[in-house]
Amino acid sequence: MNFDLRIPVGLMFTTFGLILTGVGLMSSPEAYAQSLGINMNLWWGLVMAAFGVLMLVLAFLGASKRKK
Amino acid sequence: MQTSIHLTAIDYSILTIYFLFVLGIGFALKRYMKGSGDFFLSGRSIPAWVTGLAFLSANLGAQEVIGMAASGAKYGIMTSHFYWVGAIPAMVFLAIFMMPFYYGSKARSVPEYLKMRFDEKTRGLNAISFAIMTVFSSGISLYALARLLETLVHWNFWMCIFASATIVLVYIFLGGLTSAIYNEVLQFFMIVLGFAPLVFLGLKDVGGWTALKAKLVPVAVAQHFAPDTWSHSWIHMSSPMDNPMGINWYGMVFGLGFVLSFGYWCTDFLVVQRAMAADSMSAARRTPLIAAVPKMLFPALVILPGMIAIALHTADGGKFLPLAADGTPDYNMTIPVMLARYFPTGLLGIGFTALMASFMSGMAGNVTAFNTVWTYDIYQSYIAPGKSDHHYLWMGRWATVAGILISIAAALVAAQFNNIMDMLQLVFGFVNAPLFATFLLGMFWKRTTGHGAFFGLLSGTVAAALFHLVAITEGGTPSWVKGGALAQKFIFHSDMGKNFWMAIVAWLTCFFLTVVISLATRRTKTDEELKGLVYSLTPKQISENEPWYMQPVTIGILVLIATLALNIIFA
Repeated sequence: MNFDLRIPVGLMFTTFGLILTGVGLMSSPEAYAQSLGINMNLWWGLVMAAFGVLMLVLAFLGASKRKK
Repeated sequence: MQTSIHLTAIDYSILTIYFLFVLGIGFALKRYMKGSGDFFLSGRSIPAWVTGLAFLSANLGAQEVIGMAASGAKYGIMTSHFYWVGAIPAMVFLAIFMMPFYYGSKARSVPEYLKMRFDEKTRGLNAISFAIMTVFSSGISLYALARLLETLVHWNFWMCIFASATIVLVYIFLGGLTSAIYNEVLQFFMIVLGFAPLVFLGLKDVGGWTALKAKLVPVAVAQHFAPDTWSHSWIHMSSPMDNPMGINWYGMVFGLGFVLSFGYWCTDFLVVQRAMAADSMSAARRTPLIAAVPKMLFPALVILPGMIAIALHTADGGKFLPLAADGTPDYNMTIPVMLARYFPTGLLGIGFTALMASFMSGMAGNVTAFNTVWTYDIYQSYIAPGKSDHHYLWMGRWATVAGILISIAAALVAAQFNNIMDMLQLVFGFVNAPLFATFLLGMFWKRTTGHGAFFGLLSGTVAAALFHLVAITEGGTPSWVKGGALAQKFIFHSDMGKNFWMAIVAWLTCFFLTVVISLATRRTKTDEELKGLVYSLTPKQISENEPWYMQPVTIGILVLIATLALNIIFA
């Protein structure tokens, strides 16, 4: 089956990561009193975006290996 | 005190994006569904990492996330026995010893294996009871989700039922098992990435692991246990009186570790179906092992939040968790309360979506197992044999619709009569308890006969029911659901202790009666017919030119060593 699951997983988490990073950059520090003063949107957004990009890279490498 | 979660536009857009991906996978897979083998078995074409994560995720339903956090609060780190004594050894056993027969026999379902190994009646008994149990479990999952959403975000109960049932229906109807498996992997990542920050923030709030252990001391003392009971998994298990689970170590190891866990992980088609969809024998055998690695670490994700919540609840004078009607903390609200407390808008959308994902993966898993067993083991075997493959694909799609409709009906019944669901789960317990004895004897003793298997299984279930009627939990009033309705011969310290011993009784009854009846009846299958189905009659697996570190036995041993280490560290 020519359907690499890493592509949707990668796309979805890259999207989520970017949304959260964006929210984290724009919101004021007071919004993070409940998360113990840590801007969780920014940091966790970056983690999720990194995971998403990693999945996409792996899918890309897998596709070029199959072509050979 | 009422807990609620306030979602903003950002949180709703995250939820919407998630469902677009879920449905998108269903639509993308539609064109690959050409025959019944594609729909029910994914054409045996899925790589091991995908089936492995789906294997784990199919079990990662509501009970796992909500229930394990609740148990973490109620019992502390002893809850890890469900993982480090229960699940992992059973998963390794399935991979090394049982998968060769499930996958190698080319059976399309667990009941079909029973038909090949024993006879028609044993398959029928297993297929029908399994089909009934899966639709009702899916209904219970649906009901629990709708109830939770109604409480947390004040959505309409009926709308929640129909919306979640429709989403699950659409993606399974389109893409069958493959769609369910792919979405389970999506759900797996969602749950891990959605709950990991919760554990991080909770642990930071409580002041780290050492501070958590100190704050769990008053929790244990208040309930008259030794001060370190909540932070040790083994040392308080010499007597059922010493720990909140109310069970001693051998009752736990035999009842939970051996009978219940092996019964579930090694024979339940819901999880085994994921491994059967793998693209090769070695991928099928690696499936439970790949699942075992994250499973081993899951206590940190699902049990730890419960321990943190109860520590903070006791430290702040009983305000952290909401109280149930009887004044005790409402343990089931642990995860929702922590989401609402720690997650800012944005991350809250992720956490909330992860919670919904866990309910839906539980439901979808049940529905795909149901449509397969219904179509292959009931419809094709007893109602309409000899039809075209296309006809069975059509049947599978409509069995999915029927399964979802019955789930909705079950959820409606649950909403009206709470006791009926307790009663059903009780009966499911009777049916499941003896199963592993039948499979163990069937796979490893060629003398086991069809009559032996069938009547052994039936007597095991009857033994479980009889035990329930004469056993009761300390301080409980005798009733049909709670037990002890006929007489109070055995008194246990907890419901859990009673259930573990009930499983032991059912298993032993099934095991010995299967042996006795098998010896008294004639074999109906020759050695040649049992080749590939029984251990001693099957040629040893020739290692499919893979390096030693990729072999199932090697990975299995490494997984067991790591699990043993975890047990020792947290003993």
